[in-house]
Order: sequence, then structure tokens, then C-alpha cells
Amino acid sequence: MSLFSSTVSITQYNVQGKLNSQIIDTVADGLKKHTISDIDQQVSDKAVGWTSFDKPFQPDFRGSSFVYGNYFVFSLQIDKKNIAAKVLKKHYTLEAARRMSESGRDYLSKTEKKLVKDHVQNALCLRIPATPNIYDVVWNFEESSLWFFSNLKAANEELETLFSKSFRLSLIRIFPYTAADISSNLTDSQRDELQKISPTPFVS
Amino acid sequence: MLDIAVAYNRYKFLGEEFLTWLWYVIEKNQTLLKNFDQNFVALEVGNRIVFENRRKESAERITIKGEGAGLEEGVLALKNGAMVTELNMIYRSAELVWQFTLKGESLNISSLSIPQTDLPESDEDLEGYLLEKLFLYDKLLQFLKFFFAHFVKLRISNDWQGKEITTIRKWIHSS
Repeated sequence: MSLFSSTVSITQYNVQGKLNSQIIDTVADGLKKHTISDIDQQVSDKAVGWTSFDKPFQPDFRGSSFVYGNYFVFSLQIDKKNIAAKVLKKHYTLEAARRMSESGRDYLSKTEKKLVKDHVQNALCLRIPATPNIYDVVWNFEESSLWFFSNLKAANEELETLFSKSFRLSLIRIFPYTAADISSNLTDSQRDELQKISPTPFVS
Repeated sequence: MLDIAVAYNRYKFLGEEFLTWLWYVIEKNQTLLKNFDQNFVALEVGNRIVFENRRKESAERITIKGEGAGLEEGVLALKNGAMVTELNMIYRSAELVWQFTLKGESLNISSLSIPQTDLPESDEDLEGYLLEKLFLYDKLLQFLKFFFAHFVKLRISNDWQGKEITTIRKWIHSS
């Protein structure tokens, strides 16, 4: 989801850990190393990586192209090839029939069935293009905060994994407890109180 | 800090209490909100409130939709022990307007629209356009952050049980 869309969803994160020096270069290296790779005409059915915010299908992290004011702005791209179950079934049935006819048998072993299924899946993956999904990321380095423009569970999990791999920093999702513990500027005694609270009935 | 997954489930109630309290503040105490934004004009209930009542054997979910989503049905849900789990709001500051939905258990924001800005005329204008958008996102998120922090401090103070919850109960019963 683009932050330029007319309506957006945002999941907020706190970035834990620090980059020691040459921050922009270190972030650029992480982005370059984990740039999305093209899986069209390849066997892979899924790819996850970073791409440029301003040119999502032509990622380029040279220089400080991802730096806007106090923010690092880039995007997470998840490419996936979705093969409809009915298409897979059709091609599997045809291929299984061909192999049985070649072998003169009227059955396939469990292992042969799996091989046929893998072969069909790979052949179809070579032929169909991946569907790209792009989610913008806004990282305020000084504030150690990050906004991810999606609430989708799978996309958030991919972000957390890739971010940790790319920058060796971890993302803590902001939800009621972490918003209270990390972002509310509590004293030690207030934190102790937070550990003790339980739900209040709003009606007696 | 607690394990993240444990903390998420254990403190879901805190987000739902925040939204329920926030609804009360919207209805009865708008002046409090002025402390968090010099240009504050109003915070209003938008087009959707979701309630959940876990006091019943099987949790009951009630959704009220429509512009200025209804006070009467909502208060009835609260009287039966439900809490607000999702709240769509309209935030007005100076002449600008934001609309968004906040979910209690995750504090995730969805259906967020920010004030319109002029489209960039060239590629060179893109950076300024982007920074203006980011400023508008940040303004809302900072407002919510400071307001949630205020709630948490109130929630863990003696004033919560001693004063605030009594006032909210009176509001629920008199509405």
C-alpha cells in the first residue's frame, strides 16, 4: 500500500538497537543486499525484498536516494505466483496420464506422484509472471520509529524478518503494552504499576 | 519487558479500555484534548464503532455503522458490559481533517485519510510533496501517542479507580 493512496493502513514499530556509524551507508548496504530479485521465468514462486519508493519496479539505492528529510523511505515488495488449484489439477492429471502411458502402468507410486506434482508446479511457475505487492516503509532513524503501510499479518511478518536480516536491528510492534512501556515515558514505579493492572468493569 | 506474544494478549484490554474511555472523552470532555494540539478543533466519532461483550458466554460483537455512529445503541451495549474494540474518528485541527479507524487490541490504524495536498507538478516537487504527507501522518500519530500516554498514566494512577471510572459509570447510566 502506498502512502500516497487516498486511504491507508499503518502498523507502527519501535526500532531496537543502534547502527554505530556511517548510518546512511549501512542502511543503503542493507537495502542493496536484500533488493527484490526478479522471479519471472524462474522456478521460484515467491520473492521478498526491498525496492525504491519512487521507482518500485526499478530499485536503486545508490547514494542517499532513499533519504527524505529526517526519514528513510523505501518499500517492501512481495512477489508471488498464484497458481489456481484447478489449473494445477488439470496439468497434474495430464502429466500423470502421460507418464503412466509411457511406463505402461496404470498407477504411480507415492514418490512418483510427488515428482509429477513438483514438475508441474515448476513448469507452471516458469510460465506465469509473479504478482507484485508493494508496501511503503517510513523509518524515522532519530526517533527509532517506523511506520509500515499495511496491517496484513503476513506482510508485517515478512517486514520484521527482512528488516532484522538487512540491518541487524529488531522491530517491536506498537500495541497497547509496548505503547505504554516504550512510548509513554513512564517512570520505574509507573512501570511496576503497569505490570499489576487488570481489566476494569465499566459498569458495576 | 514481558514476552511480546504474552504481552499482546494480556494487555488487549488496555487498548479496549482506552477506546471506551476515549469515546467518553469525545462526548463529555473535549477540552482535555486541547492539551495535545494547540490548533485542536474537535475529535468526533466517525462512521463506525465496534463493541465486544466478553461477559457473555459466547463473546458478542456489535457493529454500529453510519455517519456520527449512534450514541444510544452504543451506550446500551456499554450498559450490558461491552467495550469499544474499534473506533472510527474524525480529527480536526486548524482547517485540516483526518479520518481513521483505531483498533483497540493492536492500536493498528486503518481507513486513514489525511488532508488533501496539492499534487507535485514535476519530479523535483516530489520530495516536498512526500515530506508534506509525512508531516500530516506524523501529526496524527503524535497526537494519538501523547494522548495514549496520558491515558496510561491516568489508568495506573489512583485517580482512575477513585474518580475517573466513577464519572464514566455515571455517564453510561445517565445516557
